[in-house]
Amino acid sequence: MKKFLLSSIIIIIGITFIGRLSYLQIFSFSPDQVLEDPAIKAIYDYPERGYIYDRNGKLLVGNDPAYDVMVIPREVKSLDTLEFCSLLDIDIERFRKRLRRARVYSPRLPSVLVHQLSKQDYARLQEKMRRYPGFYIQKRSLRYYDTNASANVLGYISEVNERDLRKNPYYVQGELTGRTGVEKVYEDTLRGRKGIQYIQKDRFNRDIGRYKDGVLDVEPEQGKEIHITIDKELQEYGERLMHGKWGGIVAIEPSSGEILTMISGPTYKPSLLVGRKRSANYSKLHYDSISKPTFDRSISFEKSPGSPFKAINALIALQEGAITPSTSFTCYHGFYIGRNKKGCHCGGGTRRLNDGIHESCNAYFVGVYKKLFEQFESNARAMDVWEQHVRSFGLGSYLGSDLHTGRPGSVPSTQLYDKWYGKGDARWSAVTTYSNAIGQGEVNVTPIQLANMTAAIANRGFYYTPHILKKVEGKDISDPNFTKPKYTTIDKRHFEPVVQGMADVYRKGTAKYIQIPDIEIAGKTGTVENFTVIDSVRTQLTDNSVFVAFAPVDNPKIAIAVYIQNGYYGARYAGHIASLLIEKYLKGEITRKDLEKTMLSTTLESEYAKPYSGKPFKINEYNWRSNHAIKPKKDTIPSR
Amino acid sequence: MSGKSLLKRLDWLTVFIYLALVSIGWVNIYSSTFTSEDVSLFDFGTLYGKQLFFIGTSVVGIVVLLALDASFYERFSSLLYIVSLVLLLGLFPFGKTIAGATSWYDLGFFNFQPSELAKVGAALGLAKYLSDIQTDIKRRKDQLYAFLVLFIPAVLIIPQPDPGSALVFFAMVFVIFREGLPLYYLGFAVLAGLVFIATLKFGTIWVTIFLALAIILFFLLKRKSFRLPVLPVVTITVIAILFSLSVNFVFKNVFEQRHRDRFSLWLRLEKDPEKLESIRKSIGYNTYQSEKAIESGGLFGKGFLEGTRTKGDFVPEQETDYIFSTIGEEWGFVGTSTVVLLFTILLLRLVYLAERQKNPFSRMYGYGVISILFVHYFINIGMVIGILPTIGIPLPFFSYGGSGLLFFTILLFIMLRLDSNRLKEGY
Repeated sequence: MKKFLLSSIIIIIGITFIGRLSYLQIFSFSPDQVLEDPAIKAIYDYPERGYIYDRNGKLLVGNDPAYDVMVIPREVKSLDTLEFCSLLDIDIERFRKRLRRARVYSPRLPSVLVHQLSKQDYARLQEKMRRYPGFYIQKRSLRYYDTNASANVLGYISEVNERDLRKNPYYVQGELTGRTGVEKVYEDTLRGRKGIQYIQKDRFNRDIGRYKDGVLDVEPEQGKEIHITIDKELQEYGERLMHGKWGGIVAIEPSSGEILTMISGPTYKPSLLVGRKRSANYSKLHYDSISKPTFDRSISFEKSPGSPFKAINALIALQEGAITPSTSFTCYHGFYIGRNKKGCHCGGGTRRLNDGIHESCNAYFVGVYKKLFEQFESNARAMDVWEQHVRSFGLGSYLGSDLHTGRPGSVPSTQLYDKWYGKGDARWSAVTTYSNAIGQGEVNVTPIQLANMTAAIANRGFYYTPHILKKVEGKDISDPNFTKPKYTTIDKRHFEPVVQGMADVYRKGTAKYIQIPDIEIAGKTGTVENFTVIDSVRTQLTDNSVFVAFAPVDNPKIAIAVYIQNGYYGARYAGHIASLLIEKYLKGEITRKDLEKTMLSTTLESEYAKPYSGKPFKINEYNWRSNHAIKPKKDTIPSR
Repeated sequence: MSGKSLLKRLDWLTVFIYLALVSIGWVNIYSSTFTSEDVSLFDFGTLYGKQLFFIGTSVVGIVVLLALDASFYERFSSLLYIVSLVLLLGLFPFGKTIAGATSWYDLGFFNFQPSELAKVGAALGLAKYLSDIQTDIKRRKDQLYAFLVLFIPAVLIIPQPDPGSALVFFAMVFVIFREGLPLYYLGFAVLAGLVFIATLKFGTIWVTIFLALAIILFFLLKRKSFRLPVLPVVTITVIAILFSLSVNFVFKNVFEQRHRDRFSLWLRLEKDPEKLESIRKSIGYNTYQSEKAIESGGLFGKGFLEGTRTKGDFVPEQETDYIFSTIGEEWGFVGTSTVVLLFTILLLRLVYLAERQKNPFSRMYGYGVISILFVHYFINIGMVIGILPTIGIPLPFFSYGGSGLLFFTILLFIMLRLDSNRLKEGY
């Protein structure tokens, strides 16, 4: 019996050991991640970030070298803090705080101690760094901007934060990543891939050679240079024109969907968000909650489109056979909704499609809208058809562009009105929703959607998804999302009368004062009522000025949408700015110097200050003295 | 006796396991001390080079051991025992201190550790005493003498200090059990150990409740078939409860902080995770690192010479007491379980060999060998994989160290020599 006692103890212990070992090595097995293995240290080699060029190959963004002082807290030996701080030019308290923070992040991984030294400081420090174990200088490249414009397009880069680190294991602390704009969307392309060299360390943290003779090492991969579709000159010019004005401008090449310019006002110089002043500047911009310079109005600003939307309604009515170009409606200097008369400033009289568009007659389009609804057995059905047509122009959805942000806007639906008013023809009708007829109702669009809609009209029935990337490493993009046309639900033949109407807007209609010598434009003005809430009272502000256009009419090279907040008449600010940009793009120079000068110098700051003044104010003031002074000279216009 | 018949009668299974363990051990010593600058395997400046030399020496030792007549060991066992005691005593004036322990004689080319010899000596001495015709283990006096044979070297070793080695001598008490010491001695020891651990873990109150319940159960179950041994059971219980009360006192007042920390770590007594972590990083650092290294090995390990933690020397004393963690990291679960299996087979085989001896001396010596090997294996691996508290004791045949390897070899091959002779012995 005693003989078996010993044998069984031996067996029990053997089983216990194997059980414990299987627990350790099989059940709680966690393979050493190369980066987490305390025995291995990674040394990084950062490639240069890719350059960004405009569509014509002009440099927009390049690189400047910068130097960060890094610290690996574990390796820091006792040091003469006072001397070291004076060398780095930071005060001791801050130094201690940062060191503590670095230790909290990780005692083993490098953290940034001092950001972005100047070249002079670097030269001075480099020699002395050896005396301070645990500290070293890491070379990085900082963005250098060869333009003062395009901040909203290009975006900026900044250091990765805790969330980025959690989300993407590629990054380690202190690295830079694109935050907004192209820098963010094409982060992977621009960034390249950092080189990594793994070094085997012993427990005293001394290097004892390459880990596995460098099999796992990664060669750095250069960041790729990209060309974006922006026209640098046009962009810079547009931003100068936007001086002192809030709003968004987007211009698209209809034949490709390439975004020629994308301007948000107010904006800022991209170089403000680089270097040691970055965070101070960023706070200033970010916390400006009134003018919101970091808010990209060109893609995120959702407002009623106003009259340009009438063109869409005309197309839908033609497509559904509700009207022909010769169908007429009478304008009584307004129209009746029930017993209420709504005003119209077109001049009154009998309106057909052509003059309905070029005089922007509200009565005509409300008539068209009602007629459209009469085509269908129920209002719900009419609404569904209408909504589907509207959406086919890219409205009410994210366009699927390659921009880093944006808003979908909104297109009303049967569902929405059923919810508001209840189901059934008795509850709501074309009359209830007549605002949609003139672009003032539940339709909301962003400037880029307006520009894209205009491009679809310019192309007579299709558009290419707007995009910002043109070439990577000199090769044109081939993403079918951007190179295949998307068709609207309107037949090609219905576009011609509408385009004619839009051309007449420019020739003799609401935009006749913005004519450019030698250039035929099709456009549509918009004067959009808008409201804000001041001290919980709904208050009307000066109308927004909107203009959409494409030119030349027959072979469109540019489709543009200009949306100026509180600019009053559509032709006034938006129309003039659009005409200047079209002229600049098509001709390369401006012939109308007076107009240019006025546009560059006028600001709407006083208008924007009104709601914040705390005093009662007037809206829609006729305060632009030069409106008539810049009528184009007769002899320079060929096609009159 | 011809050499050929000796080779025939040698237990080759044991020899093969021995060779396997020694070679696996050497490969891992090589791996854990390897640096890329070294070129030659036979460079005696390196630890693995030295170990190779010791393996060679052991082979020579084996030949000598097998060449000697089997009766030689029985005859000279008392002398060897006394010599080892003298050597242990001699450490006090002449010993060399390494890492705080005065356990070595400096012999110039290597350091000789007499406590290793004393293990062989004690195994032989105890077998000799117990197999004496006049010894009757049922007698209290003879029990006392048998214990003394083991305790004298242990007492000489404790102040070196080398509590790990001293423990090995207590383990040899098992030989006495095998030879007739009543099992309830062992029962008491186990009970004392359990009460000690349970008191630390759960407190005296719970231990008392548990013991009370156990007695009630005992009475209920044994009522009909036996006459109740009321008095002894109650006495033992009362003693156990008193012992449990004393445990707290001893733990708080007699133990030093480092001992307390070892127990807190082992039994997870410390509830505050931050304090536990700090104990882990200080006193439990070795175990923590070795557990991590073993864990990172996974099922198949990182491969020979690929253990990053081994290369980085993250586990202290890895080539000696923590050699098992190298196996864990580089050879994974496959490697570690193979080693555990080899030891288990070896020990079971030795039990079988010991039991087939006709000569009581051989059998008792065999049990001594088993006790020594088992306690080393159990404590060392248990410590490295974190189920026993830290006690510095080498893994037989694996850990780097000349005297260790040599004396484990001597220990084992005396046994094999005695075994090969078993059929010739008439008495």
